[in-house]
Amino acid sequence: MAEQAAIASPRDVDIDRTLAEGRRIHAVSSAVRYAVLAAVGFIMLYPLIWLIGASFKTNAEIFSNPGFIPLNPTLDGYIRGWQTSTPYTFATFFWNTFLIILPKTIGTAISCTAVAYGFARFDFPGKRILFASLIATLLLPNVVTRIPQYLLFRDMGWLDTFLPLWVPSALAGDAFFVFMLVQFLRAIPRDMEEAARVDGANTWQTLLFIVVPMLAPALISVCLFQFMWTMNDFLGPLIYLSSVDKYPVSLALKLSIDTTEAFQWNSILAMSVLALVPSLTVFFLAQKYFIEGISTGGLKG
Amino acid sequence: MARLQIRNLEKVYGNAFKAVHGISLDVNDGEFMVLVGPSGCAKSTTLRMIAGLETITGGEIRIGERVVNNLAPGQRGVSMVFQNYALYPHMKVRNNLAFSLKLKRRPKPEIEDATRAVAGILEIGELLERLPKQLSGGQAQRVAVGRALIKKPDIFLFDEPLSNLDAKLRASMRVRITDLHKRLKQDGLSSTVVYVTHDQTEAMTMGDRICVMKDGRIMQVADPVTLYNRPENTFVAGFIGSPEMNLVDGSLARNGSLRINIAGQTLAFGEDLASRLTARDGEAVTVGIRPQHFSIAGRGEDNALEGRVSHLEFMGHEVYLHVEVGGARLVVVVPSDRYDPADIADERIRLKPREEAVHVFDRETGTNVSLSATTGNASKLGG
Repeated sequence: MAEQAAIASPRDVDIDRTLAEGRRIHAVSSAVRYAVLAAVGFIMLYPLIWLIGASFKTNAEIFSNPGFIPLNPTLDGYIRGWQTSTPYTFATFFWNTFLIILPKTIGTAISCTAVAYGFARFDFPGKRILFASLIATLLLPNVVTRIPQYLLFRDMGWLDTFLPLWVPSALAGDAFFVFMLVQFLRAIPRDMEEAARVDGANTWQTLLFIVVPMLAPALISVCLFQFMWTMNDFLGPLIYLSSVDKYPVSLALKLSIDTTEAFQWNSILAMSVLALVPSLTVFFLAQKYFIEGISTGGLKG
Repeated sequence: MARLQIRNLEKVYGNAFKAVHGISLDVNDGEFMVLVGPSGCAKSTTLRMIAGLETITGGEIRIGERVVNNLAPGQRGVSMVFQNYALYPHMKVRNNLAFSLKLKRRPKPEIEDATRAVAGILEIGELLERLPKQLSGGQAQRVAVGRALIKKPDIFLFDEPLSNLDAKLRASMRVRITDLHKRLKQDGLSSTVVYVTHDQTEAMTMGDRICVMKDGRIMQVADPVTLYNRPENTFVAGFIGSPEMNLVDGSLARNGSLRINIAGQTLAFGEDLASRLTARDGEAVTVGIRPQHFSIAGRGEDNALEGRVSHLEFMGHEVYLHVEVGGARLVVVVPSDRYDPADIADERIRLKPREEAVHVFDRETGTNVSLSATTGNASKLGG
């Protein structure tokens, strides 16, 4: 025993030393890694942090104090920004945004699911050409269709209503979402749908009771994308809405820059912070599904 | 209560590929019919046409008295068990079972009773609140069978339901499904089954009758014993039985007594074979002898095939001998208790086929030409 211990111990020491060395290298390398990641993360987040900090500063301090911690924190920007220089408060604009987003998102979800189901599961004459043209519209720059679309909606008498913002999406006008759902559906085996058909479900029942629940992760990401893109959409409302009482948040932010002679930067920044809140909240609440939807939905390729 | 009649059923795909070549098949009420064949023989396509999942491009399918060609799957009175179970992943077992009844808007208490009854039969009572992903393969398969059962269909369709299970579970599910079939039959419920498999063991053990298919054509429809003892062609002969039947080229000569040249050696046969043979003299034939139907001949006996044992497999209850005779390679199965290593001298062995179990096939058409008249004779032989 004693001999064995004597023989074994130098080796043990060696092993211990190697292990300790390994641990040290590992610790150093992860420290470096985290430091780099933290630095890059900070750089990327800096404008956002500065925005939040500056929204609590006074107008004068924004330009005098480059740091992001306000010297004399004030809610002035929020109060005055909320009231705006128009007869309406930001509550109206938030409500308008909501009125645009809700029908648009619901319409997108329903129409894109139906269209994607058709493309992914049925054979009909001209399917290849139709799907190809759908994908082709993805490659078309938005700008190209702006003017014809404007003229069309003008002739229909839809200017200064929410209709031009709702209707294209409710008719599966967002080819990207259709494509995303088609890709997702292709990855789902058909057996469940066939089982449902043998169980007596018709096409719509199969779609509703079987396909939609299985599509849920992809559908959630579609809704999230549509929510965020609509929230941030500036050009659409700018072109089609002319009455201030119909403005969404994105236009209202610009409004406060236009109409005030001396820019109230702190109110603009404060309202920008508020405008970020819904998107961020929704994103963090649905993060799990969002990532699931993207990673399985063919966006990755 | 329904019989299934298939008449000249055809399936031609859009690219002009003909998958099913006008097959006709009758499945009697309460019968367990197995469709078996190698992959690509269109057995699944046929089943899916019966279910209504695949369009019918020619011919007719009748369930009971109704022609169902253009009916939706749900209106045909069939239920189907899929290979990978196809349980609805977002529904609990209870709702998976009840889905078809809910679609029919049956009253809630009725659904509840039916669910409980089916769960009792298949012993899945304690799984009702689980999601499909929380089930093992065997449990999932039982739920899938339950989902088929709850509809009380006219015809049950099974599409290779056991191929995703391990060997042990497969054996027990086999018994469970045949038991279930018997039970339904005894209770006077409709119990017509069409069961697709590529596994001939499954087919032989489960089917009342078996339909052997190849390349979209039916090769033979018969009960397991007939199929084993009286295969109508080389394909069925080779497909049914394990190990496979030995099929060796030979030629016939009938001057006085019947002689067949097998792989360069001539064997004389007696009246039994001669009387049932419809082949002409000198015709090129394929001789089929099952591995089990050889016996080892003693050194003194003549009229035996001599060969060289190239390989020997001890399986426990049997010994598989791989024997080279002329250019052909035969497999011979000998029960372990009758196997004597002394029979093999210098790797040489002498084999004697049992005359009543020898099959002769037309080499060109593959048809069995040794089946004529004496029907009872061959079917006396056991496996």
